[in-house]
Amino acid sequence: MTDPIIRLSGIDKFYGDFQALYNVNAEIRTGEFFSLLGPSGCGKTTLLRTIAGFEDVSAGHVEIAGQSMDNVPANRRPTNMVFQSYAIFPHMSVAENVAYGLKARKMPKEQIKTAVEAALKQVGLAGYGDRASHAMSGGQRQRVALARALVLKPKVLLLDEPLSALDKKMREQMQSELRHLQRAVGITFILVTHDQEEALTMSDRIAVMFEGRIGQLASPQELYRRPVNREVAEFIGVMNFLNVSVTNGAGGTFDCEIAGLGKATIPAEQAPGGVDASVTAGVRPEMLTILSDENSRSEREASGIVQDVYYYGDMTYYDVQLDGVDHPVTISMRNTAGRTVLSRKDRARVGWGAESVLLLK
Amino acid sequence: MSGFAKWRRSEEASGWLLVSPTLVYSILLLAAPLAMVIALSFWTQDYLDLDKTFTLKNYIEAWSEPIYQTLMARSLKISAFVTALTILLAFPVAYYVSFYVPQKRKPLWIFLITIPFWTSYLMRIFLWKVILGYNGVVNGSLLGLGVIEQPLSFILYNQNAVVVTLAHAWVPFAILPIFVALEKIDRSLLEAAEDLGDGPLRRFIRVTLPLAMPGVVAATVIVFIPTIGDYVTPRLVGGPNGLMISNMIELQFKKANNAPLGAALALSAMFLVSVVSLVFVWMNRKYLVGQK
Repeated sequence: MTDPIIRLSGIDKFYGDFQALYNVNAEIRTGEFFSLLGPSGCGKTTLLRTIAGFEDVSAGHVEIAGQSMDNVPANRRPTNMVFQSYAIFPHMSVAENVAYGLKARKMPKEQIKTAVEAALKQVGLAGYGDRASHAMSGGQRQRVALARALVLKPKVLLLDEPLSALDKKMREQMQSELRHLQRAVGITFILVTHDQEEALTMSDRIAVMFEGRIGQLASPQELYRRPVNREVAEFIGVMNFLNVSVTNGAGGTFDCEIAGLGKATIPAEQAPGGVDASVTAGVRPEMLTILSDENSRSEREASGIVQDVYYYGDMTYYDVQLDGVDHPVTISMRNTAGRTVLSRKDRARVGWGAESVLLLK
Repeated sequence: MSGFAKWRRSEEASGWLLVSPTLVYSILLLAAPLAMVIALSFWTQDYLDLDKTFTLKNYIEAWSEPIYQTLMARSLKISAFVTALTILLAFPVAYYVSFYVPQKRKPLWIFLITIPFWTSYLMRIFLWKVILGYNGVVNGSLLGLGVIEQPLSFILYNQNAVVVTLAHAWVPFAILPIFVALEKIDRSLLEAAEDLGDGPLRRFIRVTLPLAMPGVVAATVIVFIPTIGDYVTPRLVGGPNGLMISNMIELQFKKANNAPLGAALALSAMFLVSVVSLVFVWMNRKYLVGQK
């Protein structure tokens, strides 16, 4: 593995009495697409701004490419930022915007011209250089902001919720374009987002943040399959929670009695935070199966009553109240050929497996 | 129903009714006097009798006599200096209030800036006489500190005094439009400039100043137009060499009994001010492009 491009160690950030970041430690690898994901107010933007140099850290250190960033102002850091509002200079044309940083570096005019044209081409805006920046649409302004940052060939590109202002279709298009662009230029991207789907589809690794702390830092698959606690599990995708009582915890496994499902023996790696009285069982909707056919069988079975049916065409989502549980669980089923869709009030047999149950604190 | 009764209920009629007080006011107090001055400028006066035959004599005199040329040029020059000084004084204050004063204290600061208006204009001019006079505050302090041996005489009763007094009077008017323009600047633009490699000074020159220009131009127009026509300040602190065109206009209307020449001078001054203002308006349009 290559050396980390960014090393964050022990970062605290205070605004007066309010603490926005608590002892944040992370290493971001060279060339990866990294996301900071979390609900609004979790400190993800603050963390990005401390990397960019817009915020001083109250304690701890930011290191970029092996260099300490203590006392290095934003204009001398090897990072560039795409702002949430894009921050396109209204009094300049598209080309002047893109050339802004090169002029600050006093690059000769001819070279600037060539570099600007290349950058605009890269983001799909070839020939737009002479346009007034205020005449550009939201998506185009975003591309200008990208070109303006990328033309400087930063070591790290910081993106502060760049897609949140776009409509759904445009956003999906930009997601794939950003991913392609990142692979093409090979620059480390750090994306701040509150949209878990966006983070999962785009990133190599994700740091999930809650209230100024990193809850978990892992690959999208690992975050989804092996969330370390209840908070992360709830934030990424849908997770059903059921009460559980652990009867025996010896020899690397836990013997459990899960409300509504039944008895199971869970290996210790499915209990990342250990086990105590506060632990609950978590199961993803796609890990439960509705056994709608007389002949279909599962290793383990439970039963309940269908409370609600949400039909999406390719998928059906059921809210099923398991016997002995007072809240329904969500179960998703793919509507493959011949599979019956149950209706409200139907009795359902629910298949499950011990390998898909997590014990979370 | 008659046509008039119908019209009276129309939207057009209620529109006219709503603007009528203002309309009557501006016709009586603005349009009518202006029309009179225009008419007057083409007539001649012999002591108290007006000769109403059309003549361009007054304009020819206003534009060819050296004394009027001098006064007109001096008025333009003093106004230009006052405007420049006002903007230079106002910009840092507006910048400070916009960028460094916490959001919730800004209204208080703006309120404090208007305090000079609580004193009458005349009173403020007299105060400047006290400050700048031969035995005034400035000379007294400098003498007391031993910086000078004789009181300075170049600070009162000349053009410098007019510039200083007028600039002080107009600074608040200049602060407000500049403050508004600075407030409108999206702060992320400044961060973007810094992110792209600019230090504080270059960022100011390349982003802050161009985006504040609409406010600066507005302040320039607001200060320049009225100061060129000011006659109280030059009269009280200007001395013989600090008199401006408006003092001459007053003289023509009153002591010289030559209202037509006064009218021609007034309209000539108005023409010059209009030309200068149009230049500024044109500049402003250039800067306003792209902002909202």
